[in-house]
Amino acid sequence: MSTAVANTTILSELQDKFGAGSIVPQETRDHIPTFWAPRDQIHDIVRHLKSGVPSPYKMLYDLTAIDERVRTHRDGEPGSDFTLIYHLLSFERNEYIRIKAALKSDDLHVKTITNVWPSANWYEREVWDMFGIVFDGHPHLARILMPRTWVGHPLRKDHPARATEMGPFRLPDQKQDEEQEALRFRPEEWGMKRSSEDTDFIFLNIGPQHPGTHGVLRIVLQLDGEEIVDCVPEIGFHHRGAEKMGERQSWHTYIPYTDRIDYLGGVMNNLAYLTAVEKLAGIEPPPRAQVIRVMLSELFRIISHLVWYGTFAQDVGQLSPVFYTFNDRERAFGIIEAICGARMHPNWFRIGGVAQDLPQGWDSMIRDFIKYLPPRLIEYDKEIMRNRIFKARTQGVGAYSAEECIEWGVTGPNLRACGFEWDFRKKQPYSVYDQFQFDIPTAQHGDCYDRAAVRVEEMRQSLRIIEQCVNNMPAGSYKSLQPLSAPPLKPDNTMHDIETLITHFLGVSWGPVIPPGEALGAIEATKGNNGYYLISDGSTVSYRTRIRTPSFPHMQTLPNLCRGLMVSDLLAILGSIDFVLADIDR
Amino acid sequence: MEIVIHIVTVLVVLFVVLNIAAGLIWVERRLLALWQDRYGPNRVGPLGLMQVAADTIKLFFKEDWVPPFADKGVFILAPAIVMLTVLMSFTVLPFAPGMQITDLNIGLLFVLAMSSLGVYSVVLGGWSSDNKYSLLGGLRAAAQMLGYEVFMGLALMGVVLMAGSFSLRAIVDAQSKMWFIVPQFVGFVLFLIAGAAEMRRLPFDIPEAESELVAGFHSEYSGMKFGMFFVGEYVGVVLISALISILFLGGWHGPLLPPIVWFLIKMFAFIAFFILLRAGLPRPRFDQLMSWGWKIMLPLALANLLVTGAIVLAVK
Repeated sequence: MSTAVANTTILSELQDKFGAGSIVPQETRDHIPTFWAPRDQIHDIVRHLKSGVPSPYKMLYDLTAIDERVRTHRDGEPGSDFTLIYHLLSFERNEYIRIKAALKSDDLHVKTITNVWPSANWYEREVWDMFGIVFDGHPHLARILMPRTWVGHPLRKDHPARATEMGPFRLPDQKQDEEQEALRFRPEEWGMKRSSEDTDFIFLNIGPQHPGTHGVLRIVLQLDGEEIVDCVPEIGFHHRGAEKMGERQSWHTYIPYTDRIDYLGGVMNNLAYLTAVEKLAGIEPPPRAQVIRVMLSELFRIISHLVWYGTFAQDVGQLSPVFYTFNDRERAFGIIEAICGARMHPNWFRIGGVAQDLPQGWDSMIRDFIKYLPPRLIEYDKEIMRNRIFKARTQGVGAYSAEECIEWGVTGPNLRACGFEWDFRKKQPYSVYDQFQFDIPTAQHGDCYDRAAVRVEEMRQSLRIIEQCVNNMPAGSYKSLQPLSAPPLKPDNTMHDIETLITHFLGVSWGPVIPPGEALGAIEATKGNNGYYLISDGSTVSYRTRIRTPSFPHMQTLPNLCRGLMVSDLLAILGSIDFVLADIDR
Repeated sequence: MEIVIHIVTVLVVLFVVLNIAAGLIWVERRLLALWQDRYGPNRVGPLGLMQVAADTIKLFFKEDWVPPFADKGVFILAPAIVMLTVLMSFTVLPFAPGMQITDLNIGLLFVLAMSSLGVYSVVLGGWSSDNKYSLLGGLRAAAQMLGYEVFMGLALMGVVLMAGSFSLRAIVDAQSKMWFIVPQFVGFVLFLIAGAAEMRRLPFDIPEAESELVAGFHSEYSGMKFGMFFVGEYVGVVLISALISILFLGGWHGPLLPPIVWFLIKMFAFIAFFILLRAGLPRPRFDQLMSWGWKIMLPLALANLLVTGAIVLAVK
């Protein structure tokens, strides 16, 4: 494992440039090259990695932090109270890199990298919001997920996690007034003017309750007539503290929470989480479990895309398709229900496999669906994609280029709509995706229409994968017999003596104790790259659960997409980038 | 005696029109449901027919609320205008021989004038609500009406030229041999589109654009004032469908069946067509709609008028 890090050329390149003493490698379970760097040099190192090295790391994949103050297992790591973690992604190397910076409690300052990556803006705001780490030079370091009036930084270990650890909630009139006043939009804070030389701008507040925002999202538009001059997306209304909850729930009992991150993606969220957990635990699920996982994940990709398809059509004013696609989704849910016993949030994958074996008759249900859906998709093509008004509303609207996408951390169908063929299922195969045949649909213009076209084609490709799963479902166990699988299967010898009984009892009640370490598990989720970055401190719970979701960076690009367009276009763009508010706010 | 007959006619027409409009709410919901693979209202009364009655009772008993920030007088006046203007148009419509409240010799102009006045309700309603969404809706409505009123009137001038009169009765009589839809097909299509725009129905519902402006000009309205906008829209659908039947499909003309039955068949066919439009089409963007209206529809209407005029002159 250590050779994996030592052998990477990037280490020597960095050490040559910044001095051997300042770049310290660290071993990790996921074999991503990980280096500690001095805080003061972080900005330069990151900038160098983006533009100075061959095959540069073009994408800021994630930026987060850890409160290390109560961690025990830190073998070989530099001491720190807080650690900043920058995940970068190089498409040419097809490789991540992880840069860490140690911070002390009494000096939580670091130089902003928003001038290197504009997409760092929201990430840095989130780190400030959650940990209280100040990014010097950040253009607008305000809270992003928590209310402005919040006291404290929630992901610090000394911040209470449950309502019972805090006083009872009260909302007297005066406090309510203050809270409402805090929500007032002040254009000056965002560097906006209230009027130009020849016009007074309207500031139109869209949301948090609005039929076009698909959830509790607030967008403040600066309008000149109906033309959008600028806009400020305001998120956090759907924040439920999923990352904080990860620090309390056992490795096993956190799985249901993941279902609710991208709530249209169902078990696909489980897969992202378990990919990371299984890397930490060193578990390789048996082939049958893997294929079941792929099959259900792809079914959920179709389910999610069907929701998007209908609602997108509705966003541009077409009333009917949403009923058709939801009917189709209902059929898919029939299968999910038969297999998993639940519909939107099946919570069905387990550490080391899945919850149960497939029920009798599962294959005929899926075969029926595979026959049923393609003619429907052709029908929708005629009704939606080839409709001239629909084309007029979406073609050439809200376009971005592949370079912009990478700059802003956009992944998934939105990236592929720009002509950049990048699918993590193909490029960094996880689970058993390398054993399936499917194409990666792409489009050229990166506008609303192309984003839609890519998703429509993805549904067909997902059907292909599902068909291969049905035809080649391996026999064998649906869950690994390795000791850290949870809940443990009862092998033949479990209940014979007290030792195996105790082991089994602990495995069921406390859940597994995952060995210390850290791992990133990233998958191609329905909306883009969804990654779980887990830190284990050798306990029954995760020390830090970081959820990198695709919708978060996608939403941050919104102002770039809609400047100079009309209010109607904004709704088309929102529909086309396919976000889920829970996926943004977590 | 004549006065009594007049009053009775007026009341009968008012009663029938309002009931058809109310019934339309049920028809539309059931038809949309049929086309969208769902049930629609089917619980209240037989086939859900009493749903409209239940909804009306609900609207009547809702608090009659005016937002404190609204311009009160105008806010209350706006929904009344829409009902008034649409209903006034019905006074000149000939439903069947002898079934007409009054046969104005400028009947068609009167209808066009009333529909133009109807715009005020939307614009004033949007403005007096003092709500940004409503304001945008009102502005869109004003722009849309300006664009579409013009060629709506022009599209009908071909019919007027051929019939030689503005009187709707004379226009129907002129179609006893051939319906105007044949020689005036362009005018028919133009009027159909302008009619949909005039009623603010999908795909021309941009003033209320639910997914963008929430409800646009009537966001702030509730209770029966909202009900007036709502019923006004359906009376508008009846009006436009009746007008198309009268102007292009020979009104009550038709074999075997009684005249009034023919008239109703034609009218309901167009009502169903407008509902189908709503089920099928997305909504174009406001500026696309405007440029389409001014750049394509208006020149077409002018060309149609020119050609018709030349032919009429030549034949005479």
